[in-house]
Order: sequence, then C-alpha cells, then structure tokens
Amino acid sequence: MNSLKNKSLVSINDYAPEEIELILETAERFEKSPPAGLLSGNVIAALFFEPSTRTRLSFESAVKRMGGRIIGFADAGSSSVTKGESLKDTILTVSNYCDLIVMRHSLEGSARYASEVSPVPIINAGDGANQHPTQTLLDLYSIRKTQGTLDGLNVFLVGDLKYGRTVHSLLIALSNYNTTFNFISPTELRMPDEYKLILEKKGLKYYEHDDFTDIISRADIVYMTRVQRERFSDPLEYEKVKNIYVLRNEMLENTKENLRILHPLPRVNEIETDVDDNPKAYYFEQALNGVYVRQAIIAAILDKI
Amino acid sequence: MGEVKQLSVSAIRNGTVIDHIPADSLFSVINILGLEHITTQITFGTNLDSKKFGKKGIIKVSDIYFTEQEINKIALVAPAARLNIIRDYEVVEKHQLTIPDEIEGIVKCFNPSCVTNHEPVRTRFRIISKNPLRLKCHYCEKITDEEHLTII
Repeated sequence: MNSLKNKSLVSINDYAPEEIELILETAERFEKSPPAGLLSGNVIAALFFEPSTRTRLSFESAVKRMGGRIIGFADAGSSSVTKGESLKDTILTVSNYCDLIVMRHSLEGSARYASEVSPVPIINAGDGANQHPTQTLLDLYSIRKTQGTLDGLNVFLVGDLKYGRTVHSLLIALSNYNTTFNFISPTELRMPDEYKLILEKKGLKYYEHDDFTDIISRADIVYMTRVQRERFSDPLEYEKVKNIYVLRNEMLENTKENLRILHPLPRVNEIETDVDDNPKAYYFEQALNGVYVRQAIIAAILDKI
Repeated sequence: MGEVKQLSVSAIRNGTVIDHIPADSLFSVINILGLEHITTQITFGTNLDSKKFGKKGIIKVSDIYFTEQEINKIALVAPAARLNIIRDYEVVEKHQLTIPDEIEGIVKCFNPSCVTNHEPVRTRFRIISKNPLRLKCHYCEKITDEEHLTII
C-alpha cells in the first residue's frame, strides 16, 4: 500500500520517516534506471506565482523525462491573478486540467490552503519563507548518496541560519538520524531557539560558532548558505563578517575524505569558484539529484512506483 | 452595594450568565460568541466594580445554553471568566473556562505574509502553550504570542 498516493506534499513534516525512506529509495532506483514513459498520458500543472528558475526547470525536467506533459505559468504576471482572481479560484480551475499541481507562491501557508481546496494533490515548490520540502528531500538524498548513510553524521550549517528556510527544514529532517550539528553564523543570524529546542528534546548535540576555519576538519557535510547584506540593520556589521562565511579552496586541505560541500543554489560569492573543481564540491550534482527526487515524489503521489 | 448591582444587570430566569469578564474584553466576547445573531433577551454591563479586576463586564443571555466548545473560545480573551447556568433564577451549574487545543476563526495571524491575511481563509491555530499563550498557525506555521494577539 502506497501511503503517498494522492497525498499533497506541503511541508517536510507531512512525511513520516518511512515515507521519506520510500522517496529516497525510489529516487535511487530512478537514477539507476530512468523511468522514461512512466507519466505517459499524465498532465502536471506548474503554477509559479513567484518566479523561480531552478526549481521550475527541475520539475519540468523531472516530468518531461518521465514522458509527462507540463502546463502552467512561470510568473503571476502571465496568469489571471493579475485580473484579481483568488488563489482558490485559480486552483479549482486549473485542477480540472491536470492530475497534480506543483506550485510556488510568495504567501506563507498558500500551499497548505491550496491543498485543502484542491481536488488534485499539491506539491509545494516553496511558499514564501515557510516551506520548500522537495529541496529538503533532495538534500537528504544528496547526503545519503555521498555518505552512504544518514545516521550519525557531523553536519555543518553555515551562513544565514536565522532566515534560511532550507537549513530549518533540513535540521528537522536530519533530527531523526542522530546527527551532530555545528551552526556557523554571525550573531545576528543565529539559529532560532525553537530549532535548538527541537534538538534538545531529541537529545541531539549542537555547537554554535562564529567561524569555521579551525573546525572544518571534523565535518562530513558542510551546507553553505548566503549571508545577505539586507539582513543586517547595521551595514558596518555586514562588512565586518562578510568574508568569514566564504568557503575557499585552501580551507578544504585537511578535511575528511568523505566531506562534501552542499549549497541550495543560487550561489553568489559564498563559495569561491576555485572550489568548484575540488572533488569535495557537490552542489551541481546536488541540483541534478533534485530531478530524481522530484520524479520519485510525483510518481509516488500518482501511484506509479 | 448589593442593590446597585441588581439594578445594573437584572437577574434572568433561565439561561447563561458569563461573569468576571475583563471590562476591556466585553465586546470581544460578544463578537466571539456571535451574540448579535441571538434573538432572545440579552443584557450586559461593563465597567462594573469588581474586587478581582477593578472593573469587570457581565453578560446574561436568556434561554441559551452554550456548548463547552463554544464557550471555551472566549478563554483567549477572558481566561478568568465564570460561566453560570441558570434555571428558574437559580445557579444550577458553574464552569471555569479552559483554553482549547485548537481554535478557528477567532484570532488573526500576526504574520503579514500569511495567506490568511490576503485570501478569504478562515484562520486556524494549534495552541502550543497556554501560559504564556502561544498559537501556531496551521497555514504559515509561524507562532503568534500573547503580545501580538489580535481578535478578528
């Protein structure tokens, strides 16, 4: 029995650990043997009320490589939203034309609301600063693929840990796997207490640092995020810290053999380009993994696994 | 003083009396319970002297008995309120309010980017802490605390 059949994916919390496992296993199977033709006859709608190049193209590639068709829009400007149509009306109308809706919207909670009004399942491709569960699942897939396991790893989360939704969702997902966390961020952008509390309740260890040059040798995974200038109330503070959270190739010299560098992309300057050729850089492969994982999620929801 | 009190809000024969409402929450309580739709006799008073609050409000609704679920909705704005069930001028039951585990359509989400503040969506929260009061939005998953609590 496939418990994901017709089930919307709005938040990573919607999936039980065994459902996450099912997605990771299915993605692995699809990577080894591409599921061409699996979605033949299916129509998927991609409603991007807010533009997102990477996520949208990754979904489109996932659907097309399985032989499905994709309809939709890439920004709200080319949809009836500009005429003042409500989200509910858009969803109810589009659901007539497709088997599943992938949506991105700037309003937080919009995907949950859509999943409650829609007769077809919804995949949340990002609702404002709230959730982006397919990113979390592809992060888990990338970690498991490179480390051979999700259990007992030492994971470094670097950069904007206060506002970064990807690091929050990843933390919650990894908290089921006996992970040790190292949080590296400027004081202004520290991991919020509510997430530390989750780890404390589960008895997991975490450490906070404002620099990682001296400790990177312990890491199995370094997950980089961007420290944005606009997050600082004092521009001088930004100038002081901006170079601390940049990964340079020489920092990888005495690191573990199995260390891999992840980044949700787009990168701006937080990973120097000379890192790209280091075998420990993994962010572009990570983006490729997104296609397999999204294929697995769509196939599971449409009961084709 | 007893006489003055009786004159302020007269007794009812059958129905519900909600007492010990903080004076500044009286109209919120009226809104939450939807009293404007009730056709039986309602009397209410506010800014009445109270030893406990300084000033208090009271509502008396004839011939209406609220369900526990309905009445607990007012616990957010009037946690110390007392509910008395009146039959034939006598108090036959007394209830204290308890804050429910979930509330719908009463509180506004404090997050300006939440879908409930832009689309016609009924708000929904899970109470993650009763003291201090902390509500988690079912939609945007952000937490509204006592300081930012607004009744719709």
